[in-house]
Amino acid sequence: MSGFQTLLRKEVLRFGKVATQTVGAPVLTSLLYLLVFSHLMEGRLRVYDAVPYSAFLVPGLVMMSMLQNSFANSSSSIIQSKMTGNIIFVLLPPLSHWEFYCGYVLAALVRGTVVGVGVMAVTLPFVDISVQHVTWILAFALIACALLGTLGLIAGMLADKIDQVAAFQNFLIMPLTFLSGVFYSVHSLPPVWQDISHLNPFFYMIDGFRYGFFGVSDVNPVISIAVAALALAASAGFALAILKTGYKLRF
Amino acid sequence: MSAAIEIAQVSKRFGSLQALDSVTLEIHQGEFFALLGPNGAGKTTLISILAGLVKADTGVARVMGFDVVRDYRQSRRALGVVPQELVFDPFFSVRETLQIQSGYYGLRANDDWIDEVMENLDLTSKANTNMRALSGGMKRRVLVAQALVHKPPVIVLDEPTAGVDVELRQGLWQFIQRLNREGHTIVLTTHYLEEAETLCERIAMLKNGRLVALDSKANLVKRLHNLRLKVRINGVLPDSLTGIDHGLQNGAHLLWLKDYGELEPALAALRMAGCEILEMELEQPDLEDVFLEIMKRESPS
Repeated sequence: MSGFQTLLRKEVLRFGKVATQTVGAPVLTSLLYLLVFSHLMEGRLRVYDAVPYSAFLVPGLVMMSMLQNSFANSSSSIIQSKMTGNIIFVLLPPLSHWEFYCGYVLAALVRGTVVGVGVMAVTLPFVDISVQHVTWILAFALIACALLGTLGLIAGMLADKIDQVAAFQNFLIMPLTFLSGVFYSVHSLPPVWQDISHLNPFFYMIDGFRYGFFGVSDVNPVISIAVAALALAASAGFALAILKTGYKLRF
Repeated sequence: MSAAIEIAQVSKRFGSLQALDSVTLEIHQGEFFALLGPNGAGKTTLISILAGLVKADTGVARVMGFDVVRDYRQSRRALGVVPQELVFDPFFSVRETLQIQSGYYGLRANDDWIDEVMENLDLTSKANTNMRALSGGMKRRVLVAQALVHKPPVIVLDEPTAGVDVELRQGLWQFIQRLNREGHTIVLTTHYLEEAETLCERIAMLKNGRLVALDSKANLVKRLHNLRLKVRINGVLPDSLTGIDHGLQNGAHLLWLKDYGELEPALAALRMAGCEILEMELEQPDLEDVFLEIMKRESPS
């Protein structure tokens, strides 16, 4: 398995060497979101009785940055390697499709987690936040990062050009994240939009993640974790299947 | 002992292009082998099939006896490929690049060999330089080094000297020849036919995806006309020689001879016809002549 370990290490080094851009920038963005939104919304919106808006917002921002950065890590790595041609350095060695999958997705998970911890750390001075169930927090964080890392891997593999990955990110990942209840509880939406929100797997991940902090949520966290795990299993199965055939990697 | 490379009835089609058409080829262990052909002949496709980068439509390819699809782990471990494209990973230094590449093959403590490879390819002074900062020739050396990190018994070099200065070319070939003496099988594609001529024992030629020649260098060169007699004469070429005349070149007749034994009769015929020889030159055919001849002959009519 040391081929896999090397791939994982290489992928972590890859974003680690440009950490200002890959970790620093998303942390700063989240901090700006928090400062602006909490200032604007404080007192106007109260989602759960005991939770002030700014505290409600923080887990959403943490989860959103984890989702986006996990996706960005694997998708940008694969598409850049395909564009520059250096993808052959991982295609020539005897790496199995499992090693390939785990290498890229675990690196995405590492980046997502590092960014998530970073966002948490910089927002802590501004909000008073409790932690009710650390296990749920970790479970949702890990599954969410793995899911988005997998989706990024798939996007990178299917895309022929960088703008196709950007389209995947801007027209699918971003809307799904924004509409999943990062900035609001879906309970504050009209009934139609509440129903639509329940079709979004990202909604369950953010809702369940929040449950870990506040002990209250829109949906039972067991259901949420099941939805998230199912989404991960399905996308991982798809990713492994196309990796095994070498679709758009080996011609 | 299994063949270093075994290709049996391999075909590959890209859309309407038949890149490889039922190619069968065996390369023995320890050989220094050249794969020649014009652009688009299918050389790179064939190498990509061996490396597992391209999947053959039909046929079987093996490296050191291992099927490139079924036993891909063993076959890839046995193969080192220097790709034609000048690719690199801009995030890493030369040493990091080589350490990472070693790791992919499951090699952890590989620094002694990495140092030796860098030394031989004159990369030591650039070990800690980022790949982005290297010149084209230096990047090419790193590609060669990357192909060698796992000491593969079979080394395939796809146009390794394209756009590379003379000094590196010589250094590279010295190193590759050393590896060949130590038992590594070397397969080379090149546009510089003199490289193939000086280095390789056996040669395959591809054209339009088909194997059009496969023989030792000596046999290939012998197989065509063997000698060319260039004579500039005063007078008319006698009838007995018009059959082997291949036209005028700068005012000189180009006579094709099978061997040296035909030289004296040809000169005698000229003397008997009263021709005065103004200039004379005897040319041995080289691989380039053979190559051009075979490619011309195999042209679709």
